[in-house]
Amino acid sequence: MSEALNELATYLREARGSLIADAAIKYGELTLTATAEKVIELLTFLRDDARCGFISFIDVCGVDYPQRPDRFDVVYHLLSPRQNLRVRVKVATADGEPVPSATSVYPGADWFEREAYDMYGILFTGHPDLRRILTDYGFEGYPLRKDFPMTGFVEVRYDDEVKRVVYEPVELRQEFRNFDFLSPWEGTDYVLPGDEKAKR
Amino acid sequence: MTEHNVRNFNINFGPQHPAAHGVLRLVLELDGEIVERVDPHIGLLHRGTEKLIEAKTYLQAIPYFDRLDYVAPMNQEHAFALAVERLTGTEVPIRGQLIRVLYSEIGRILSHLLNVTTQAMDVGALTPPLWGFEEREKLMVFYERACGARMHSAYIRPGGVHQDLPHELVEDIGKWIDPFLKTVDDIDELLTGNRIFKQRNVDIGVVKLEDAWAWGFSGVMVRGSGAAWDLRRAQPYECYSDLQFDIPIGKNGDCYDRYLIRMIEMRQSALIMRQCVDRLLGDAKVGPVSSLDGKIVPPKRGEMKRSMEALIHHFKLYTEGYHVPAGEVYAAVEAPKGEFGVFLVSDGTNKPYRCKIRAPGYAHLQAMDFLCRGHQLADVSAVLGSLDIVFGEVDR
Repeated sequence: MSEALNELATYLREARGSLIADAAIKYGELTLTATAEKVIELLTFLRDDARCGFISFIDVCGVDYPQRPDRFDVVYHLLSPRQNLRVRVKVATADGEPVPSATSVYPGADWFEREAYDMYGILFTGHPDLRRILTDYGFEGYPLRKDFPMTGFVEVRYDDEVKRVVYEPVELRQEFRNFDFLSPWEGTDYVLPGDEKAKR
Repeated sequence: MTEHNVRNFNINFGPQHPAAHGVLRLVLELDGEIVERVDPHIGLLHRGTEKLIEAKTYLQAIPYFDRLDYVAPMNQEHAFALAVERLTGTEVPIRGQLIRVLYSEIGRILSHLLNVTTQAMDVGALTPPLWGFEEREKLMVFYERACGARMHSAYIRPGGVHQDLPHELVEDIGKWIDPFLKTVDDIDELLTGNRIFKQRNVDIGVVKLEDAWAWGFSGVMVRGSGAAWDLRRAQPYECYSDLQFDIPIGKNGDCYDRYLIRMIEMRQSALIMRQCVDRLLGDAKVGPVSSLDGKIVPPKRGEMKRSMEALIHHFKLYTEGYHVPAGEVYAAVEAPKGEFGVFLVSDGTNKPYRCKIRAPGYAHLQAMDFLCRGHQLADVSAVLGSLDIVFGEVDR
């Protein structure tokens, strides 16, 4: 499997080196890094080239890295049934910076891009119908961003007096508890409470 | 009636319609009885699974996978377990692999039984669900005897499975197979040649193979269109490469072919189960069911009473959990409904940084507009039935 991937990576670098910023194989999977301008050209090549044949569209999703200037990764997964290979294409983008939609290449990208927009606020240019998909009608915010609180901002209940469902700011009986079980002996990069006194 | 009085008609199909298979709301635009446009509104069952998993340790994330496609719970856990195992480099012993395969195939039969019979109900037959659900009940008892829960099992865990199976259970599963094949024959006899069932399904919802790939279809949806593609054969995981089974494919890509494939797959799954049962009672009768790596798999109770190291491992694994090396993997299994994938991004801590769940039903449902355009209103429920939609996994 990984020999075929190595071959494919070499071939892609030779044939379309200008479209790919990086091609790395980790955990037996090939990851191509591309830029937003060139990603459609790259996806079209991957689909149409005889040695690639990535005709099956698997997935598009976002990943949020708030500390980066280009905070989102848009990750495409493709499958080539003929070569029996998978490939991952990653595109980094900043908040509010649109990525061209892959719906012209793969019609199946439609809902996956809507979901990425719904969950992360990543914009896709040329998408036929970029609406929210999974969240409630009239929802605000992008829930899968790392800075979106787990408990959300609004809660709903049925109000018997007005005879309809009402939205109210979320009210917690108890603060949301996020336990930190990371061992202080290995791996924490923050100062443990009390340790700051040791310096004085 | 004058020309300007004829106009298209918008109707809501669901979310309370019994043929909507849960909480689907379809906004249909009709020209007479012909469907002009389908706009599925989903998300009524959205629970934010991916967000919740980001705040839990790897072990705590497993029960969420049962609640995705709740008619075949263990197949989902399997994909997550494979992703974690690939990142941590964990090997599963053969007995654990066989148990996983056995229960994955039970899941496949659970799902196909529900789908085939409710598809028949969607097009007007009332008896098949009664026959199919009887068998499902027996399978759920096998789930319960393995892990204590009928549906939400949390049984397949990174490193192996949670507990060993008693031999009596494996024997009972073996005894179940033959009567089940008889039940499949009965359902077959009831439906396959049935005039009404054929009228409602043959040449309805035809998908060409290239469209199926481009729309992200997988599983029965591509096999129905003629591709001999099954992840169990193409990219084998666990011990599927040692097992004998056939992959049925369709010719026409219509709802009827997909029904036939599901019927054959149930029989094939039963054959796989037979092979697993034989091996679980034969060469793999004893042996570990999960990895012996104490840093991933918690120790057994008995060990903890005597070994200090086991006690420490137990404490650490159930509080901090294990750390997964940083990296990204995409692990997919052939779930009953198609390719169920987990894209796992780890940052080296005890919690997943991102866990994208790629549900097959999501890709299938988005093609509703493509599949139903130009069909009759009554065909919408037939197409929907043959897509095999469960809202737990579509909405996540």
